[in-house]
Amino acid sequence: MTIEVRNLSKSFAAFLALDRVNLRVETGELVALLGPSGSGKTTLLRVIAGLEFPDRGEVLLDGRDMTAQNAPARRVGFVFQHYALFRHMTVFENVAFGLSIKPRRERPPTSQIQARVWKLLKLVQLDAQADRYPSQLSGGQRQRVALARALAVEPKVLLLDEPFGALDAKVRLELRRWLRRLHDELRITSVLVTHDQEEALEVADRVAIMNRGHIEQVGTPEEVYHRPASAFVYEFLGNFNLFHARLNAWQTGSDALGDGPLGGSADRPIVYVRPHLLHIERRPCGQNRVVARVERINSAGPLVKVQLATDTGETLEAAISHDRYAELQLRKDDAVYVSPRELKAF
Amino acid sequence: MARIATLQAWVSPSGAAPRRDPAWVRWTLVGTAVGLMGLFLVLPLAAVFAYALEKGVAAYLAAICEPEAWSAIKLTLLAAGFAGPLNLVFGLAASWAVARFDFPGKSLLLTLIDIPFTISPVISGMLFVLLFGAQGWFGRWLTDHDLKIIFAAPGIILATTFVTLPFIARVLIPQLESTGAEEEQAALTLGASGWQMFWRVTLPNLKWALLYGVIQANARAMGEFGAVSVVSGHIRGVTNTLPLYVEILYDDYQLVPAFAVASLLTGLALVTLVVKGVVEWKASREHGGAPELASLEERAA
Repeated sequence: MTIEVRNLSKSFAAFLALDRVNLRVETGELVALLGPSGSGKTTLLRVIAGLEFPDRGEVLLDGRDMTAQNAPARRVGFVFQHYALFRHMTVFENVAFGLSIKPRRERPPTSQIQARVWKLLKLVQLDAQADRYPSQLSGGQRQRVALARALAVEPKVLLLDEPFGALDAKVRLELRRWLRRLHDELRITSVLVTHDQEEALEVADRVAIMNRGHIEQVGTPEEVYHRPASAFVYEFLGNFNLFHARLNAWQTGSDALGDGPLGGSADRPIVYVRPHLLHIERRPCGQNRVVARVERINSAGPLVKVQLATDTGETLEAAISHDRYAELQLRKDDAVYVSPRELKAF
Repeated sequence: MARIATLQAWVSPSGAAPRRDPAWVRWTLVGTAVGLMGLFLVLPLAAVFAYALEKGVAAYLAAICEPEAWSAIKLTLLAAGFAGPLNLVFGLAASWAVARFDFPGKSLLLTLIDIPFTISPVISGMLFVLLFGAQGWFGRWLTDHDLKIIFAAPGIILATTFVTLPFIARVLIPQLESTGAEEEQAALTLGASGWQMFWRVTLPNLKWALLYGVIQANARAMGEFGAVSVVSGHIRGVTNTLPLYVEILYDDYQLVPAFAVASLLTGLALVTLVVKGVVEWKASREHGGAPELASLEERAA
């Protein structure tokens, strides 16, 4: 089933949560809505689910206008950040809920409901916990129950609101890989809301980056990462160094700047470079370089982070490999030459 | 609000470690508390039963089986029986509105809910006399239609309901707010209708708080004196509730019957306390024990 929103606007009192948003999600696709808190991503998801209603615009499911329909009529699966499991029901009863409340003529016989619930509990690897109450489960287990519960009514659309946001880093990583495998298996059209760019880039087929109520860019993870449409997208998708560059210091040619037009004012454009694309040398080499002093070194992690201060007082962060770090034998207060490999300007 | 605080204290017991204070401090504190409790609570309670049984069990039973006593018991049960469901409906509607919706006048409604707690019960009674009494706003219309509210059972039911109105709403609002709306929204996305959501998700989460509120409201309804006294007119055997009947007997120097009937109300109070204790214990078992288990598991995983 496809999801389409057209010209969606929604405000809460004076706050404009959605500002003429357009988005189309194709059948079987997993799209991540990525953005900082307050960017409107959760509101967009809740409007699609029918838990909020837009001030203007339309929500289409499978091409049918559902804007006026409430949540029960839309038949979408929804997974909440804080699980929202029914605390007075066991895991089994939670998963069975959606089926057991169906009107009598649509409701499958009890034996079928039970078989279906067991199948789902096996799918989320929680069949051993069927008789437990939600409060007796860990966070990761609870979210898997929530997912099984949403899947039980066989929704054509699955909406996930920061599903891993309340879990610790390790469980998060595990669960999102598991979610991707599950999606590959079931192929339900899915929308995932997250503020974690790594999660979005790893899990989604396409990523929509949101900022202040509108979508800045939609594209595959590769597209948005390598060809960000705006400074906001670039800034949001990773660490960066920012120069109110004196371009002459870099002696930049247009090729070094990429194809983007220059932003900022003519003499002080804003130029970005990612930490791992800053090259550190002992001796001057190449044309694009500045002199800097090593301020701080942190070698704990897959890359060595080197904090540098330029002679004009700007702070740069470079990330280099451990091999390169050993080769350079960097110490605090060493003078080095820094050259960027991919400059970006907006 | 103190009642709500105790319920929540039961629900989430804090794990404060016991402190070591000098023995004389502990014994002075314990002695003072127990001594005062004995003097102000246990002694009067014992006195009620002692006076009631002064002339033997036969006199006690005779006092209770008196037709006027029976009519007072029936009226009290009738008033509480009407006030309970009315409070339940009002409490659920008001707390739902306050906890789940934003609307203009919400804080005004919150303040108004408390009015019966803050004004004197006598004034509450007088309000109804002003409205429905012979000289009141609707008095003429009521006499024309041969309806009696003041100095009759309907007036007593109205006064009792008014005085106990805030109890249930006051317990439910914090409970609904702390539970949040997410479970309800989850039920909706799973295809539940509004009623299915209410009966299967909202109400089960509220049941202990609701029962607690009902018990409190009921205890107050049966014991209410001031407001009921104003609207009742004290017609013996017709508009006397138990507390009013006790007063009449006492004023007539009939001490044994007065205390015998009073012992019924006291017994009711004791039963209420026991039921309250059971409800609190049940609620703490359902909500208190489990999360500890979960956090242990989380650590193990």
